[in-house]
Amino acid sequence: MKVSLVRWMVIVGAVGLLEILCRLGVIPNFTVIPPSAMAQSLWKILASGKFSHDIAATLVNVGIAIVSAMIAGVALGTALHGWPAARRTLDPLFATYYAVPMYAFYPLLIVIFGLGDFPQVAIGFLLAVMAVIINTLNGLDRVPAVLLKTARVHGLGFIQEAFHIRLPYAAPYVFTGFKLAVAYSFIGVIGAEFITSSRGIGYEISFAYNNFDNPVMYAMILFILLLVITVNMSLHAWEKRLLSRRRRA
Amino acid sequence: MKWRDPLILVFLIFVLWEALYLLVGDVALRSPATTVHNLGNLLNDPRFLPHINETAIAFAQGFAIAVVVGLLIGVPLGAARFAGEVAEPILVAIYSIPKVTLYPVILLVFGIGMPAKVAFGAIHGIVPISIFAMNAVRNINPTHLRTARAMRMSWLALTLKILIPAALPEIVSGIRVGFSLALIGTLLGEMFGSQRGLGHLLMQAMSLHNIERILALTLLLVVFAAGVNALLLALDRRLHARA
Amino acid sequence: MSHVALRGVTRVYPGKTPVHALGPLDLELAQGEFFAVVGPSGCGKSTLLDVMAGLASPSSGEVRFEGKKVDGVPDGIGVVFQEDASFPWLTVHDNIAFGLRRRGAAEAEVAAQVGYAIEFMGLKEFAHAYPAQLSGGMRQRVCIARTLVLKPRLILLDEPFGALDQQTRLLMGDELLRLWRETGATILLITHSLDEAAMLADRVGVMSARPGRFLELIATGWPRSRDSTIVASESFGRLTSRIWTLLRGESLRAMGHG
Repeated sequence: MKVSLVRWMVIVGAVGLLEILCRLGVIPNFTVIPPSAMAQSLWKILASGKFSHDIAATLVNVGIAIVSAMIAGVALGTALHGWPAARRTLDPLFATYYAVPMYAFYPLLIVIFGLGDFPQVAIGFLLAVMAVIINTLNGLDRVPAVLLKTARVHGLGFIQEAFHIRLPYAAPYVFTGFKLAVAYSFIGVIGAEFITSSRGIGYEISFAYNNFDNPVMYAMILFILLLVITVNMSLHAWEKRLLSRRRRA
Repeated sequence: MKWRDPLILVFLIFVLWEALYLLVGDVALRSPATTVHNLGNLLNDPRFLPHINETAIAFAQGFAIAVVVGLLIGVPLGAARFAGEVAEPILVAIYSIPKVTLYPVILLVFGIGMPAKVAFGAIHGIVPISIFAMNAVRNINPTHLRTARAMRMSWLALTLKILIPAALPEIVSGIRVGFSLALIGTLLGEMFGSQRGLGHLLMQAMSLHNIERILALTLLLVVFAAGVNALLLALDRRLHARA
Repeated sequence: MSHVALRGVTRVYPGKTPVHALGPLDLELAQGEFFAVVGPSGCGKSTLLDVMAGLASPSSGEVRFEGKKVDGVPDGIGVVFQEDASFPWLTVHDNIAFGLRRRGAAEAEVAAQVGYAIEFMGLKEFAHAYPAQLSGGMRQRVCIARTLVLKPRLILLDEPFGALDQQTRLLMGDELLRLWRETGATILLITHSLDEAAMLADRVGVMSARPGRFLELIATGWPRSRDSTIVASESFGRLTSRIWTLLRGESLRAMGHG
C-alpha cells in the first residue's frame, strides 16, 4: 500500500481516536475538547475577525524575522566564506549556537527595548539567522572548482562571481536554510509572544488559558498547527519542483 | 582538540559585551566582570540552591524520558522500513511546530508544577532523538547484517557487536541535540506556570527589572548549555571519526 | 609573430617539499594551428593549460599571447575543462548565452549568436533542457558551445572527451575539427589518448614524466580537411607507434618503474 495513503490513515485515525475519547468523556472537556469542537471554534473566530489583529501582528513579525534572517544570513555566510580565518574562529559558535537557550535572552531584550514587537522579532531572527548562515556556507563550500575556473575564464569579478555562479550553485542549500529560517521564525516569535507580550497569536493562547477559555485556546493552537504544517508542506513541494531540474533524470 | 580558537572566540565575545556595556550603560546592561561577580554571589546564596535543584531535577527527568522514549520510537521505525517512511514526515512536522503552543495542553493534562516541566522538556527532546535514532538504524550497512548471518551470530551478539556500534554515532548526535532541546524545553516550561526554578527566577527578575540578576542567570545558562554541548560534540566527533 | 609563446616556463607548487610540476618548457604556436599534448599521468598537462590560460602564473619564464604577456586570463581565450562545467541551474540555451550576457550584449544579438552555436553543436532539440537531463557528451557540447559563442582566438581543451566512450570520442573529434575549420582559432588539446592526438593535430607535443617537458614535437602532416577516417591509413599507424615509443618509457617512469 502506498506510503502516503497509510500516513493519512494514521493521522486521520489518531485525530478520530482523540475525537471519540473526548466525546465519550474518557478525556474530560476541561482538559481537551474534541477536535471537531476545536475546528468549529476556529471557524467562528476566523469568520468573526475577532483575532485578525493578533494574527496579522504575529504573521508580520514572523515575516520580518524570516526576511531579515535570509538577507543577513546569506550576506554573512557569503562574507565568512571569503574570510576563512574569521570562519575558523567562529566555528565553535556555529557548533554550540543551537544548544544555548535563546529564550533566556528574551527578558534581557525586553528590559532593554521594552515590551513592543522588537524583542519577539529579535528572538525569531536570532534563531533563524544562524541556520541560514550555516547552510549558505555549506552550499558555497560545495561549488566545484571547475565552475570557479570557468568564472575566471569569463573574466568575472568577485561580486559577479558570487551572484552569477556561487550563489546560484548553492541555491538548493540556501533553500534548506530558508526552510529552517521559516520554522525557527515561527518558533521564536510565537514562543516569545507566549512568554510575555501584549498581542499576537501566542498572547491570545496564553490569555485564553489563563481565563479557562478552552474553545478559544484550542482553536488558536489548532490554527498555529495548521498554519505551520501548511507552510512547511508548501515549501517542501516548492523545493522539490526547483530541484527536479537539477537532479539526474 | 584545538583550544586556541574557542578561547579566542570567548575572548572576543567578552570584549564585545564590555564594549556594548560601555556604549549602553547601567540602564540596560552590566559589565562582564560585574556579572561574573554577581553570579558567584548567587551561587553562594543558600536561597538560590533550591531553584537550581528544581531545574536540574526537572531537566534530568525530562532528558531521561526523552532518551528512553526517543529510542523506543526511533529504533523500531528505523528497522521497519515501511513504518519509518510513513512516520518520518510526521516526526519532521512535529519537530517544526512551535512546541510552546502545546504547553497549555500539557499544563491542563499534568497540572502546574514539576510533572508539567518534565513533560515539556521530554517532548522537546523526544523528537530529535527519535529522528536521529531512526536514521541511525536505517543506515546500518546491510552488508554488515549479511556478514553476521553468514557467521551465524546469535541475536545478542549481532546487536552488541554490530548493530549498536554501527548506529551509535548517529544516536549520540541525536542525544546531543535532544539534550540541548530538553534543556530549552525545561527552561521554557519554568518561564511560565512555575513558582520555582531558574526559568521562573529569570521571569521574576524581568518583572522586577533586575538587570544584574537577568544577566547572571543568562550567563549561567549559556555557559552550562554551551559547555555540555561542547563536550558532547567532542564525543560525537570522536565516534564519527572512528566509524 | 607566433600566436602563443612560452619561454622557459616552469611551475613549482610551494610547500614543505616543493613540487616541481612543469618545465622548463618552450613552445610556440602559430595562428590557427591545431596542437595536441600527450603525456603520462601526472606529467603536468593540466598545469600547462592553467599557465597558458592565465589561471596560474609560471614560477619562472613567461607566457605571451598575441605578443602580450599573460597576466590573469586574457581576452580572446576559451577553455573547455575535463570536468563538467555546465551550470546546472540554467537551461542549455542560458548556459550558452552566459558569457555574452555577462558582457552586456543586446538580447537580439545574444539570441542570434546562441541560436547559431546551438545549431552548430547539434543541440537544437535540447535548447530548453537542463544539463541534468543530458548525457555527459551533450554536456560537454554545451560547454564547447558556450566557449564558441564568444569567438575566442585561442581554445584550450583539457581532456574534454575523457568521460566518453570510444565511439563518441571519435565523433566528437570530428566535431572539434569542424569547429576548428569554421572558426580558424588556434587550438591546444590535452589528451591521454595517442589516437586522438595523432588524428586531430597538426603537431603533437609528447610530454615527459613530471616535471613535464616536451620530449619531441611531431608534425603530423595531415591536410586541413581531415576527419576520423584517417585512423585507417598507414601513416596514422606509424605516427601513433612513434608517439608510443617516446611515451612508453615516460609512462613507466611516471608509474614508478624504469
